[in-house]
Amino acid sequence: MTILDHTLEELHELLVKGELTSLQIMESVYDRIEETEANVGAFLALSKTEALAKARAMDEAGIDPNNILSGLPIGIKDNIVTKGVTTTAASKMLEDFVPVYDATVVEKLNDIGMISVGKLNMDEFAMGGSTENSAFKVTANPWDLSKVPGGSSGGSAAAVAAGQVPVSLGSDTGGSIREPAAFTGIVGMKPTYGRVSRYGLIAFGSSLDQIGPFTRTVKDNALVLNAISGYDQRDSTSYDGETPDFTQGIDQGVKGMRIGVPKEYFNEDAKEKGVIESVRAALKTYEELGAEIVEVSLPHSKYGIPAYYIIASSEASSNLQRFDGIRYGYRAENVQNLEELYVKSRSEGFGLEVKRRIMLGTFSLSAGFYDAHFKKAAQARTLIRQDFEKVFEEVDFLVAPTTTTTAFNIGGQIEDPLAMYMADILTVPVNLAGVPSVSIPCGFSNEMPVGMQLIGKHFDEQTLYRAAYAFEQSTDFHKQKPLFKGGK
Amino acid sequence: MSINEETVKHVAKLAKLEFKEEEIHDFTEGMDKIINLVEQLEDLDTTGVEGTYHGITHHSVLREDKAKLEVSREDLFTNVKTKQDGFIKVPAIMDNGESGA
Repeated sequence: MTILDHTLEELHELLVKGELTSLQIMESVYDRIEETEANVGAFLALSKTEALAKARAMDEAGIDPNNILSGLPIGIKDNIVTKGVTTTAASKMLEDFVPVYDATVVEKLNDIGMISVGKLNMDEFAMGGSTENSAFKVTANPWDLSKVPGGSSGGSAAAVAAGQVPVSLGSDTGGSIREPAAFTGIVGMKPTYGRVSRYGLIAFGSSLDQIGPFTRTVKDNALVLNAISGYDQRDSTSYDGETPDFTQGIDQGVKGMRIGVPKEYFNEDAKEKGVIESVRAALKTYEELGAEIVEVSLPHSKYGIPAYYIIASSEASSNLQRFDGIRYGYRAENVQNLEELYVKSRSEGFGLEVKRRIMLGTFSLSAGFYDAHFKKAAQARTLIRQDFEKVFEEVDFLVAPTTTTTAFNIGGQIEDPLAMYMADILTVPVNLAGVPSVSIPCGFSNEMPVGMQLIGKHFDEQTLYRAAYAFEQSTDFHKQKPLFKGGK
Repeated sequence: MSINEETVKHVAKLAKLEFKEEEIHDFTEGMDKIINLVEQLEDLDTTGVEGTYHGITHHSVLREDKAKLEVSREDLFTNVKTKQDGFIKVPAIMDNGESGA
């Protein structure tokens, strides 16, 4: 048992009692990173000097007993801007980009005294499901270093799974928090669209993006979501309703709850049977805990992938127009005129997958294709959202596998973008509908962790945490530690 | 084929991207597969269905339109590669080799 095996609540208690200092916690974080980073490769940059100085200052000022996260460490995905700290979105385009402001979530964490450890690797501009699209490095899955950690928030997931940090932030546009959480055996929450401010999140698909936490336990996750949620006047899509305490009632169990099992999410012909078997076993556990299991249908699920890739790529093609080599970011040299500056800076600065998405999006929005592509996808999105609204009249939340397989081999799918896109089949409908979903560990298949996602009604993260907590407390999948198979 | 190399070149021009001549063929093939995938939407009957273009089901919230200094002018220039007299310096808009901006 090391310092970092404690939950956030336990760490807080030790800090308040004076049995541990924030500095000791931060030092053990950097020791653990030093010990494991050569194998895992989760971080793009570390802020050790600043973090240790902040921890010292926190210790001197005294830990606020009413502020459970103060003096505790957190890792930040590198598409969330941090003032004065290079933020690259894992792209050559932003290799030397130093933000002049903090994202709202970072500001909130700073205000309560959480300390940023460093910036975490990801797929370039959050486009991908394996973190292999990073322009800088490959991140390995702590369970088996020959496998991907998932993506796009692969660094955020791997760092928490490897015990480098107790918590990290990621972003989820089509599964980028839930898939890596599933692949690395931890808890990852994609909140309701609007729950968390997107101000300072480098935009990918603006109508889909949400920031959310990775943790090893459900309650830790709820505590961090408490800290980052809320209306922000700098994000007009942030929700101005009340933010509940997500830990409230977390231990109330699932007795009498109705759980929907969407039949479209259980492909009995799947090549890796272990995933569905684990989720079915988890449903048994829920039944034993007193919940009622109801089979439901989300009939438009199969249109999720085509609708998602059109909408996300169209929004990306528009959002990424800002990278023109003028105000910030990569600038091509030896150009003759402004047009060439734009074209060369973008062509040299963006990686292949990013170009692919920009091209698909530009095509989908272009004259002659707009109706058949973009408009049609927007209509499909309505039908997908209505599917969810309809089933939520019958059930309290849904349970489904997060992914169709466990983590795949590094290099295994990167040459086949189509296979990579299809891997998101179980996660993208949630983003299209804007509903919340948390992935939690629920078993193992081929010695790799399996994740199941709990999907809830708009702004009902509380029910998801309560149900996730009930499952976690009656199982011990979250207590399993990664093996660093193949490690040096 | 849903798209051909000419279309790819046209879309690249719109997106202000360029591909090497030897890349175009492979890229077109890859794009074609992806477009075939997304064109599965053709099977879906969407007659009379309103499109969803936003992430929010709640109303959009606008702040009061009041000027506020959040970032200084100097800070805003932090990431500018070339500057002169408080402006961003860029290559000539029209020069030799202008390619129809």
